[in-house]
Amino acid sequence: MRSLLRYLINNYAFLLFLFLEVVSLIFVFNFNKYQKVQYLNSSNRITASVYNYFDSVVKYFELAKDNEMLARENARLKSQPATFGSPANSADSDTSDFVMHDLNYRYISARVINNSVNKTLNYITLNKGSNEGVKPDMGIISPDGIVGVVISVSNSYALGFSLLNSRWGPSGKLKKSGFFGPIEWRGGDYREANLMEIPFHVELAVGDTIVTSGHSAVFPEGLMIGVVKSFSQPEGESFYKIKVQLATDFKSIHFVDIIENLDKEELVGLEKIIEDGAANN
Amino acid sequence: MGRQIIKYGLMFIGLVLTQVLVLNHIQFSGFVNPYIYLLFVLLLPLSSPRYVVLILAFLMGITIDIFSNSLGIHSFATVFVAYFRPIVIRVISSREEDMSDYPGLMQNKLSWFFSYVTIMIVMHHFVLFYLEVFTFSNFLGTLARVFFSSVFSVFAIVLSQFIVFRD
Repeated sequence: MRSLLRYLINNYAFLLFLFLEVVSLIFVFNFNKYQKVQYLNSSNRITASVYNYFDSVVKYFELAKDNEMLARENARLKSQPATFGSPANSADSDTSDFVMHDLNYRYISARVINNSVNKTLNYITLNKGSNEGVKPDMGIISPDGIVGVVISVSNSYALGFSLLNSRWGPSGKLKKSGFFGPIEWRGGDYREANLMEIPFHVELAVGDTIVTSGHSAVFPEGLMIGVVKSFSQPEGESFYKIKVQLATDFKSIHFVDIIENLDKEELVGLEKIIEDGAANN
Repeated sequence: MGRQIIKYGLMFIGLVLTQVLVLNHIQFSGFVNPYIYLLFVLLLPLSSPRYVVLILAFLMGITIDIFSNSLGIHSFATVFVAYFRPIVIRVISSREEDMSDYPGLMQNKLSWFFSYVTIMIVMHHFVLFYLEVFTFSNFLGTLARVFFSSVFSVFAIVLSQFIVFRD
């Protein structure tokens, strides 16, 4: 017994090494259960205030670009009521549908205080938190297109998956034909993602628009995701390989909107009833 | 002792801020992510007890993890190289030489410091990048990332020795 004890004391460095490595691995494999490790990510008070402070200094260098982006967004918004107002125009697109949807969504504007594009798992930190009504599972959009989804919030900051994160992808839809499939990003170029599960019989062309499908409660239908950059039909498979040029420039996003779906609880509750019903049968 | 703690404390904060505010945003064709925070572990006195080195390495790694939302990945890689640090030093040092306690560039030969940093950085980046992607499927692609990022990290660390943390 004493020799065992002596052995352990002599090799304490190795045991400490093993212990710290096991702790690290437990962290790695439990990160998906993000609620439990809420304080160990960049939305906690200390890390977020460091990012916030730094961002409040460097944001002045980006003012010109941000102004231009906001002006573009303004122009787009100003031109919208005209389209929505006249019934003659609603024939060529289903814009009347959008109006109905938009009534059920609330927008919270936020500033991006930290963001990365060069990892396989990229996250985005925002300067609005539960005090402003931000909750997990809300969508994040920029004027150009969708950005990501909120996963964790503190009092005044929020952390979200960026679209450039292989653990999360929205559902995308070809605007022309209505076929939909998951959008996946697997590392590499931050301007490019893949649209999966589009069968061969669908007609495709380079430049086709891909928008959100509206099948999840996160995003309304019809938000811009990107355009088809190239596609091929791999042999022995039944789905296209589609490369999507993303509409959002993830390297230069500074102002975003967080979308709250006001009908979400009702929607989720309804879907739960159906699931429970299916389970009972 | 007190001076040492202040010095390493400032080094810790300086390296964390440089890493998360500047270097984490460097992006060059998806390949290069230089990580220089390892310099903190590299520059700990050679005479420091092993448990101190391991625990400080873990603290450094977990701090970087919290800032970059990659919980566990940096701490694993940093503790890994911290454990092998004495072995690396023993292998690259010749017996007759009178070693300085502080493993900086100014206190040692350039060739010694260069091989010390290179071995440690490549080991660290190798563990880090493969743990991050958690697959060997794109083995060569990840290896290229390890290589290019290591080149930049080693370059930045050697350069930093002429400017800060000289003694």
